[in-house]
Amino acid sequence: MGASASVRAEGDRPLPAGPLLVVEHLTARRGGRTVLEDVSFEVPTGTTVAIVGPNGGGKTTLLRALLGRVAVTGRIRWSGAVRVGYVPQKLIDVDIPVSVEEFLGMKCPGSYASCLATVGLPAAILSEPLSALSGGELQRVLIAWAIVDRPALLLFDEPLSNVDVGSQEAVVDALARVRSDLGITILFVTHDLHGLRHFADRVLVLDRTVRFEGTVAELRADRARTAELFGLRPAHDPPAPPTPGGGR
Amino acid sequence: MTALPWYGLLTAAAVGLSAGYVGSLMVLRRMALVGDALSHVALPGLAVGLLLGFNPYVGAFAFVLAAAFVTWIIERSTQLTVDAVVGVLFVLALAVGVLLTPEPDLLEALFGSPASVGPGGLVDGLAVTLVAVLATRAIYRPMVLSVISEDLAASAGVRVAAVSLAYLTLVSLVVAVGVQVVGTLLVGALVIVPAAAAKLLGTNLRRFATLSAILGLGSAAGGTALSVPIDVPAGPLVVLLGVAAFAIAWVAFALLRRRAEGPTGPRTDRDAPAAPSVLPRPGPAAPTVRPGGQAP
Repeated sequence: MGASASVRAEGDRPLPAGPLLVVEHLTARRGGRTVLEDVSFEVPTGTTVAIVGPNGGGKTTLLRALLGRVAVTGRIRWSGAVRVGYVPQKLIDVDIPVSVEEFLGMKCPGSYASCLATVGLPAAILSEPLSALSGGELQRVLIAWAIVDRPALLLFDEPLSNVDVGSQEAVVDALARVRSDLGITILFVTHDLHGLRHFADRVLVLDRTVRFEGTVAELRADRARTAELFGLRPAHDPPAPPTPGGGR
Repeated sequence: MTALPWYGLLTAAAVGLSAGYVGSLMVLRRMALVGDALSHVALPGLAVGLLLGFNPYVGAFAFVLAAAFVTWIIERSTQLTVDAVVGVLFVLALAVGVLLTPEPDLLEALFGSPASVGPGGLVDGLAVTLVAVLATRAIYRPMVLSVISEDLAASAGVRVAAVSLAYLTLVSLVVAVGVQVVGTLLVGALVIVPAAAAKLLGTNLRRFATLSAILGLGSAAGGTALSVPIDVPAGPLVVLLGVAAFAIAWVAFALLRRRAEGPTGPRTDRDAPAAPSVLPRPGPAAPTVRPGGQAP
């Protein structure tokens, strides 16, 4: 378990020493079903970690457990008093008369110009109601909300799931600035690593339990392991005959 | 000409203001019908007060608060939706209330009577308004965050369940005082209609909440004042004025939307002027989680 400080991410960006977060033997149950089982990993300070896995694999539950919103057994250790920013996958309702400025002010009163600049949005958007924003704009406003009080860690559930293809680059770009300009450690969840593959230093494959932990390069280098983890057939293989029950 | 019931009129204005303000959160939470149904639960509380000889509005408050608390518990501990729970409570309360309420008092309990409000009722109304407005103001932002996403609110340190319970207590307070003006059948309208109208015209939270409070005050005071010269119960007039405001807001909303939509091109993201991409150049694809599929 865990990443050592000597690990280098794709792109040769050195990982700062010391974990910001250590999760040990985390187990969570919901409705009589084990959603997370003996999950252990570390998030080194200053890194970007992707949690990838199939739907129902416990990714969102893990983020909610880190927020203290899910009853778990095991240990979650932080390096001191860590301020956490969070962007959820789904919002209950944004069709309400709340301007962007009011929304940001619900977390931290003050000036939001630099915060919006980081996520690539103009200051003029402050007077817009949330309901008038496009999916990409809303996602970037949510990032701005999460970072407005300068957290040490940003938890992001499915950064690209509610964003059309044309806006995905802007969202990834905003996250890249959060990392480079503010030095915020990022832990994000995705079911599709494709759009964010250049962005993660490390990858954690989660399917109820941790199935793989390493860099994207390590994951990609081991094609057999990748195929096993994701239930994929290598592109050059002939089609496999159908099996009863199929799947993984 | 009959003199205006000044105590009742001022109480109606105060209750209308607080109901409009508190109700704005009810509409944001999409609990408008819940608010309406909860108000009917005041009836058996009034009845118990009348039968046992204590302040019937204290009974109303106790019953509405108990119903709100039961709703809150069931909502958080079962898969039942709130409207289903409140639907059961509503019919139960109405049935029990009509059976228990002494017949001479039933009409006043159902439709209210501002003319019977005395100095004590006015003081109660003003005190409740002060408490309700100040407390609602204190929990307004946490409540709105919870409406957007409970997890989002929790990540900002909001104690979602506690704030929700505090809010339901405030609703109970306002409803209990409001029944003396418009009665148990119509007090729900005082909570919902002004907020529904304000939501049509509100582009930000401050404007929405303020407009909702003003419309609540206007419809409650206006309905009560008009009830004297035309000699009809105040409750229905209060509701009719509120619905008239809603209709006007609806027309204004439609006109504003038509003007805003206009002949424009396709909707695109608004980006900051200097926002160059800092993404690395694309390379080979990483795997997509698609069980059983072909590697992309």
